Amino acid sequence: MQELSESRSKLTWDNAAYLSPLTAKALGVKDGNVVGIQANGQTIEVPAIILPGQPTGSVAVAVGYGRTRAGVVGGLIADDIVVGHDVNPIRSLASPFFATGAQVNNTGRDYPLSTTIDHWAIDHSGMEEREDRSDMFVREMSLPEFEKDPDHVKHMDHHPPLKSLFDDAVYEGPRWALSIDLSRCTGCNACLVACQSENNVPVVGKEQVARGREMAWIRIDRYFRTDGEGLGPLEAYENPKIVNEPLTCMQCENAPCEQVCPVAATVHTSDGLNAMVYNRCIGTRYCANNCPYKVRRFNYHNWNEDLKDPANKVKLMVFNPEVTVRVRGVMEKCTYCTQRIYAAKQQARIENRAMRDGDIVTACQQACPTGAIVFGNLRDEGAQVTKLHAMKRTYSMLQELQVQPRTRYMARINNPNPALEPA
Amino acid sequence: MAVITAGPERDIDNTDEDPRKRAPLVLGGHTFASVTATVTAFPERDRANKEWWMAFGAAVTVAGMFFACLAYLIWNGVGVWGNNQPVSWGWPIVNFVFWVGIGHAGTLISAVLFLFRQKWRMSINRFAEAMTIFAVVCALIFPGIHIGRVWCAYWLFPIPNQMQMWPNFRSPLLWDVFAVSTYGLVSLLFWYFGLIPDFATMRDRAKTPIRKAVYGFFSLGWTGSARHWHRYERAYLILAGLATPLVLSVHSVVSFDFAVAQLPGWHTTIFPPYFVAGAIFSGFAMVLTLAIPARRIFGLETLITKRHLENMCKVILVTGSVVGYAYAMEMFIAYYGANPYEGFTFYNRAFGPYAWAYWIMVTCNVVSPQLFWFKRLRTNPAFIFVICIFVNIGMWFERFVITVSSLNRDFLPTSWGYFSPTPVDFMMFIGSFGIFFTLFLLFLRWIPMIAIAEVKTTMKESHVHHDDDHDEGYVEDEADEMMVTDHRAAEDEDEDDDVEDDDDSDDDDDDSEEEKE
Repeated sequence: MQELSESRSKLTWDNAAYLSPLTAKALGVKDGNVVGIQANGQTIEVPAIILPGQPTGSVAVAVGYGRTRAGVVGGLIADDIVVGHDVNPIRSLASPFFATGAQVNNTGRDYPLSTTIDHWAIDHSGMEEREDRSDMFVREMSLPEFEKDPDHVKHMDHHPPLKSLFDDAVYEGPRWALSIDLSRCTGCNACLVACQSENNVPVVGKEQVARGREMAWIRIDRYFRTDGEGLGPLEAYENPKIVNEPLTCMQCENAPCEQVCPVAATVHTSDGLNAMVYNRCIGTRYCANNCPYKVRRFNYHNWNEDLKDPANKVKLMVFNPEVTVRVRGVMEKCTYCTQRIYAAKQQARIENRAMRDGDIVTACQQACPTGAIVFGNLRDEGAQVTKLHAMKRTYSMLQELQVQPRTRYMARINNPNPALEPA
Repeated sequence: MAVITAGPERDIDNTDEDPRKRAPLVLGGHTFASVTATVTAFPERDRANKEWWMAFGAAVTVAGMFFACLAYLIWNGVGVWGNNQPVSWGWPIVNFVFWVGIGHAGTLISAVLFLFRQKWRMSINRFAEAMTIFAVVCALIFPGIHIGRVWCAYWLFPIPNQMQMWPNFRSPLLWDVFAVSTYGLVSLLFWYFGLIPDFATMRDRAKTPIRKAVYGFFSLGWTGSARHWHRYERAYLILAGLATPLVLSVHSVVSFDFAVAQLPGWHTTIFPPYFVAGAIFSGFAMVLTLAIPARRIFGLETLITKRHLENMCKVILVTGSVVGYAYAMEMFIAYYGANPYEGFTFYNRAFGPYAWAYWIMVTCNVVSPQLFWFKRLRTNPAFIFVICIFVNIGMWFERFVITVSSLNRDFLPTSWGYFSPTPVDFMMFIGSFGIFFTLFLLFLRWIPMIAIAEVKTTMKESHVHHDDDHDEGYVEDEADEMMVTDHRAAEDEDEDDDVEDDDDSDDDDDDSEEEKE
């Protein structure tokens, strides 16, 4: 759970003081600067993260970090393991979660923070580009707009007709697919946790996350939306909207990763899944380079090294026996929970019946509290996923690359309550 | 206008571009015998001098560091490098492309220039080919060890296996395996082939039985008979013909690794010619980097003359301009093609977090070789050396920019990430130079560093029968009387050169035409 990135800041393994861009500018604070917070007569020192949407003039810190006897993951002072910073000193019994009149000053020191998405404060051109692109990746419109022109979602991008030079492969069997409804996604991260436990996704630690080697098979992309009309670059981020987009392997029908693997370690199965053959993989990482969604994850080290120690035998109990534990040096990625697909197939065969819609529930789907994720067989015309894929607000991300992703998104339709709008 | 009679002075300016006369390629009043003696002086020493041992010791130490890092890498996994997601290919691939590029000049000089009858290649081809082979050795190490499971690297080759599987022939990486290994093999063969007559010379001059045996083994029973020379020349020509397409193919295929992928910044059709030009550019820069100190240390200024250096500078100027054009064209296509991802990638290259690398690359590769427009600069060895170092640096950065700055920001902004190298990255890159220089120093110690037999064909003694004045000039010249004797002596010693004259006759017709004037 420590490696699960916090929904907004995407911070792992730490807590931090959240400051709005304007507050940070006023205080002269940059990402990762350690700030001293003085409140209720006590002072704590916490690293700062600049987070758009945090009200200017306020600081938020997460409680529960900086523990001293919580084990090797939570923090163990005896072994010099510290995770995060203790913020309890500034809490008062009368008001444990709010304090007013706090003084914040920059200590000038730096503290390394590991986030799974680049800090907000990247260079200006990168920031602009990110915002420009996010409109295309996370399509969004208001309810009146949608009612006026329901086809608009599909017309948001324009590209020449997608034609292949080659005959497309034909798959006779089921066509597994995923649909993700962005209107429903709240960015709660439940799917990440579910996936991690289901698929034995390894934990890599703070330093490796900082290097960009986190292993999550599903991630939630977070974009800030501003309507920066007539505002400065910082002011525009005072009251942004946040949109979330869960992202797994898209199981492209015309998968770019497969073509470039020199040893044919990633191939299509007969039911159209983009399979990863761990035994065959030698780890050239070419597939990851050619993946436009960058959902492939590489075992840069043996993340399960500790299992070799007989004393850690008990740790094997946390693994899902249905899923291979990957060795060092191989690539891995979302499989659409292929073990669940095969279990359901066997069950159907035992019961001597055809597979039904809903027989297979992927781990992320099962955990999603809002039902945003739906898995099924596109071959089955009555399946929920087939209906969802046919809806007007459904689109494929980066479809102009002709990769034909099996995971499709449903555009986010906003219907905000006018009474809640800021004046 | 007749031949230029070589004077005893060493510093004659042979960079003159007078079209009426052919500039001499060997200066200093060399005879066949003195050429042989000069070139073989160092390899024939009983003991290498202290300087060689110091250089060798340093190179071996650095190479040792490489292998220590290699062991550390294999023990711990490729995570010891800075590679991450999204930058899955980092320095190892940058180093690979860098070394392959350096390994480009050798075959160009030996094969392409041979077919074009560029005689100035004779003094530098041995050198350049050796450099090529050692660079390809360094290059081949990197893709081999950069994979996650090194012990499975042989799966890249189409050999029978228990999985009953072929490798994936659609993958550019596989094409690369074939292209680079073919190139390495043909370069080695070509180099060795050119060495046979020189090995025979070494054998004949050897004073110890071990040397005699070893050089004898490698000279494959060469006697220098007319028939040997005939076969040799034909085979050399055929090999040159075979190697020539490889000069173009190897780096084109290396560029496919990038161009075939769909990553913005990689996916461009300009890559093959641009890579080939860049490779020739860096290869010549490396030849000069090695040749300039070597000619001074081993007193070869009369064989690798300023004219040779100048010619190579001209190649660098041309290819450097091609590379500059390619940079500009990439930018233009990114702008004109209106692909937003590609557009941003190039904007990001020049002004994003890796702008420093981009501008180092442009300065070193585009701006610095332009100074070679000035003759005074391109005939000044010290200056050339400095520029070539810049070019080497620039070309490394070119590969870095292409590989890393394209990967670090691709389609989805949420997967963007910065790459920073680890100490192991640095040590392995420096260590690869250790391997290169270890091999190169061994080459200098045991193998004639200039193709003795070939250089002699560029000397006027080789053309003596075409022009009677030629001969008389020598006899009359009192200073050259010694030379004539030497010449005859040399003929007795290496009868092969005499035979080569006859073989070379098509070639010499051109000369005689010019000489008639």
